[in-house]
Amino acid sequence: MSSHLETNILPPSRQRELPGQPRKWIGQSMKRVEDRRFLLGKGNYIDDHVVPHMAHAATVRSPHAHARIVSIDTTKAKALPGVIGVYTGADLATVVDPCPSFASPPVTQRAMAIDKVRHVGEVVAAIVAVDRYVAEDAAELVEVEYEVLPANVDIETSLEATGDAVIHPADRAGNKAHDESFKFGPVDEDFARADHIVKRRLRWKRSSAQAIETCGCISEYSIVDGGYTIHCNTNFSNFIPFVIAGSLRISPTVLRMQPITTGGSFGSKVFIHKIVILTSGLARLAGQPVKYIEDRLEHFTNSDSHGSDRLYDAELALAKDGTMLSLRFDVIDDYGAYLQFGVGTHGNAMAQVTGPYRIGSFGMRLRAALTNKCQQGPYRGFGSEVTNWVLERLVDAAAEELRMDPVELRLQNMIQPDQFPYMIPTGNIYDSGNFQQVYKQAAELIDLTAWRKKAADLRVQGRCVGVGVATCQERSVYGPTEWWSLNNLATPGFTLTSTPEGISLRIDPVGKIFATLHSVFIGNSPETIVTQVLAEQFTVAPSDIVVSYSDTHSGFNGVGPQGSRFTAMITGACVSASHKIQIKLKRLAGHLLEASEGDLELRDGAVAVKGTDRKMSIGDIAMQANFFRLNFPDKPEFDSGLETTAVYDHPISTLPHPERKHLGVFYPMVGHICHIAVVEVDPATGKVAILDYAAVHDNGTIMNPKTLAGQVLGGTANGIGTTLSEEFIYDDEGQFINPNFAEFAMPSAWEMPANLKIGHVETPSPYTEYGVKGGGEGGRLGAPSALSSAIDDALQRYGVKVQQIPVRPSTLRAMIRASGK
Amino acid sequence: MTTHAITLNVNGRQREATVPARLLLSDCLRHTLGLPGTHVGCEHGVCGACTVVMDGRAVRSCLTFAVQADGSRLTTIEGLANGAQLHPIQEAFWEEHGLQCGFCTPGMLMAAHELLSHNPDPSDDEIREAISGNLCRCTGYTYIVNAIRSAAAKLRAPAPASAA
Repeated sequence: MSSHLETNILPPSRQRELPGQPRKWIGQSMKRVEDRRFLLGKGNYIDDHVVPHMAHAATVRSPHAHARIVSIDTTKAKALPGVIGVYTGADLATVVDPCPSFASPPVTQRAMAIDKVRHVGEVVAAIVAVDRYVAEDAAELVEVEYEVLPANVDIETSLEATGDAVIHPADRAGNKAHDESFKFGPVDEDFARADHIVKRRLRWKRSSAQAIETCGCISEYSIVDGGYTIHCNTNFSNFIPFVIAGSLRISPTVLRMQPITTGGSFGSKVFIHKIVILTSGLARLAGQPVKYIEDRLEHFTNSDSHGSDRLYDAELALAKDGTMLSLRFDVIDDYGAYLQFGVGTHGNAMAQVTGPYRIGSFGMRLRAALTNKCQQGPYRGFGSEVTNWVLERLVDAAAEELRMDPVELRLQNMIQPDQFPYMIPTGNIYDSGNFQQVYKQAAELIDLTAWRKKAADLRVQGRCVGVGVATCQERSVYGPTEWWSLNNLATPGFTLTSTPEGISLRIDPVGKIFATLHSVFIGNSPETIVTQVLAEQFTVAPSDIVVSYSDTHSGFNGVGPQGSRFTAMITGACVSASHKIQIKLKRLAGHLLEASEGDLELRDGAVAVKGTDRKMSIGDIAMQANFFRLNFPDKPEFDSGLETTAVYDHPISTLPHPERKHLGVFYPMVGHICHIAVVEVDPATGKVAILDYAAVHDNGTIMNPKTLAGQVLGGTANGIGTTLSEEFIYDDEGQFINPNFAEFAMPSAWEMPANLKIGHVETPSPYTEYGVKGGGEGGRLGAPSALSSAIDDALQRYGVKVQQIPVRPSTLRAMIRASGK
Repeated sequence: MTTHAITLNVNGRQREATVPARLLLSDCLRHTLGLPGTHVGCEHGVCGACTVVMDGRAVRSCLTFAVQADGSRLTTIEGLANGAQLHPIQEAFWEEHGLQCGFCTPGMLMAAHELLSHNPDPSDDEIREAISGNLCRCTGYTYIVNAIRSAAAKLRAPAPASAA
């Protein structure tokens, strides 16, 4: 370990529930308790929800990437029968403030543009009408005159923009929002002593999650207290309601955000700040509740959450025997016109930037470019999907240049099973792992040896078949320092250090267990996981447990499902709350059974005296606890009720070094994934067919094999789309060419390999309860690397190398033709 | 705006509505008839979330006007179960983990329902073909295919003999 990490001292583990114990419910493929309502068509998503007297909004959106708004004429729109109101950005600004920004220094953003538009699709006016049809009719009658300004589209030239091309001239003189350099460990020395330096220019292009449900909101303004009741499919309702209240110019005491089932997020609905503020402002201006649901075009062009869009000049330094010494890169990221989460997606990538390999140092220059595109936001991987791919591309390139086997090179440099917890140069740790075992299982699952021979034989016959192996990290359970640790030291921003998760728990008089979560459902399995953990803790049947969700008035500390954190964090909260209630259950039962509390245990839904048949069911104790106060001593610890709350903090994290010599421990539950892909490329069309595929993941202790497998399969499908087809295409004027499902091609059932093989290795975390790690993003963190490698292998005869994501068929065909072979 | 009186048989019930000519069937079902189980994902006929069965055929209700459905028999997600008793296709999706966020699920179930109504023993490729017009962003489809295969087997199995 390099000396720069000496100050990064690991706190002891707070794990209470040890892995490897016999369990009844944890580890079972229990059917999801969430599912009946969805199967019956009773999901109650945002657009299913109805508020009395609500009106409907539609928006007028900018057709230009960058323009001054000269005038807006709403006369004709206002005259249309059924229109309640037509509002511009200036109107909205009379009732709401700009959107929250987590960037430091911030970039000013409004829910509706004033004076200037900065990307195609930005809202310039909104109509409130009796129904959506009339609102859309009226939107077409709004006349906006624009003075078109130069559009910033290219990632590099945007950094050089001057004059009218500057996107936020009031905030910044140019379009460079961030330019910081870091060295973690002896980067220069390691590069100086290297025998071989592999260098590649790599491009990861923009796409986004595109959940099948878009974002939406229903907001109602109350003249009674000046507050709002808001239904919105955001994940952040209980994390930062005071921030939303700030933009709405109200006290959090009169902000009532209701939990809403979310039809898929993958990061894209983490915050959705603009929609909450826009809809609420419209409701206040219109004087009645307003529903606004994005249509698909709006979701493509104006959502909060376009994905990473990066250009890397990346270098890997090696000794001549293949030992990896150091990694460094110069990266520019096209963040679009606004900078919602700062450069947090790069902070995230620092969790595992050196991959599963023993690389001693790492350096980076990071520049954030502002361009005339929709802003970036979270998307499955939050930036780490890109660095995984960049590193794996460099490792493949190194193997080629050193004439080594790419798998052998990986295995030679891998962290060994006895080296955990392992601290990487950035300061994050990998808590546990057995990377070699994951690779071994994947290789066996797909019969790698046989496929490599078969692919070589087929290539001799003229077919373009190849095999690719990727060995990547899957960090989980983030600490929030990732959002600010790369900021300039003079403007660090809001340097928060907490990402807790809470739960409320109550046992009713007949022994039923009521759990309330403070984060919403997004398509994960929160109710199932909580049911499994509570059934385990209380030795009761899952049918005795019910789970609901709090609003912002009853809720607390719920950061929500992002960053593969929720299962580990809510499990910790469940354990804390259960232990607290169990103490009281034993106190009451001890009194009733005339036994010492230390002699009691929970068994078969009862509190029992160890080694005897004497016991009392939880239901009987609960009846006493709720209705028979005089059966207990007159002391406060016997007061009525069986209820508690618990807040679980991040299991292990440390602060970044004050001078950023390291970034501290912030994303330490690190899983490992090995994906192996076999592809055939049609050189005439560039189409890639996946002939075989194996994905083996180690996500620590598995809570529910079926739901974890569902995440792996879905994430892998997502990664296949990211690699082979999904790309947001812009022309030179900044027009978004393909914002629809017909031209932005997400995988259908036909694009998925029919025989996708998945496997799991279980290396428990020493820090989380039961040893669980997160597993919500891994598929997308591994598939791009495996597929890129397989395509290179398949196209050996053309010398084509995948150096950008995605490689759509037309891209690949052009590269094949350009090879001249 | 001109309106039209239409009569539909939805999930076995006669329903009447007076609708503008341009009202989409999806909006009619969701907002006029109070059946929001049919979801809208793209409104341009690609994602398949809005799929309903109209006179025995799976159709995109976002590309169909309500007036076009006048006089037809419709089955929506709300008509699949028998009261609280899940249909075997719904049971199979539950058992095989054929859903995560649930938003594409109504369309998937209706596409599967149409497939199994005319093909009781489909091959996996026939299942993929039947749902290839339905996008799911959560599952990667594998468990949906498994669920439809399992549902087909359930539906082919002879009904259990009633207790003597």
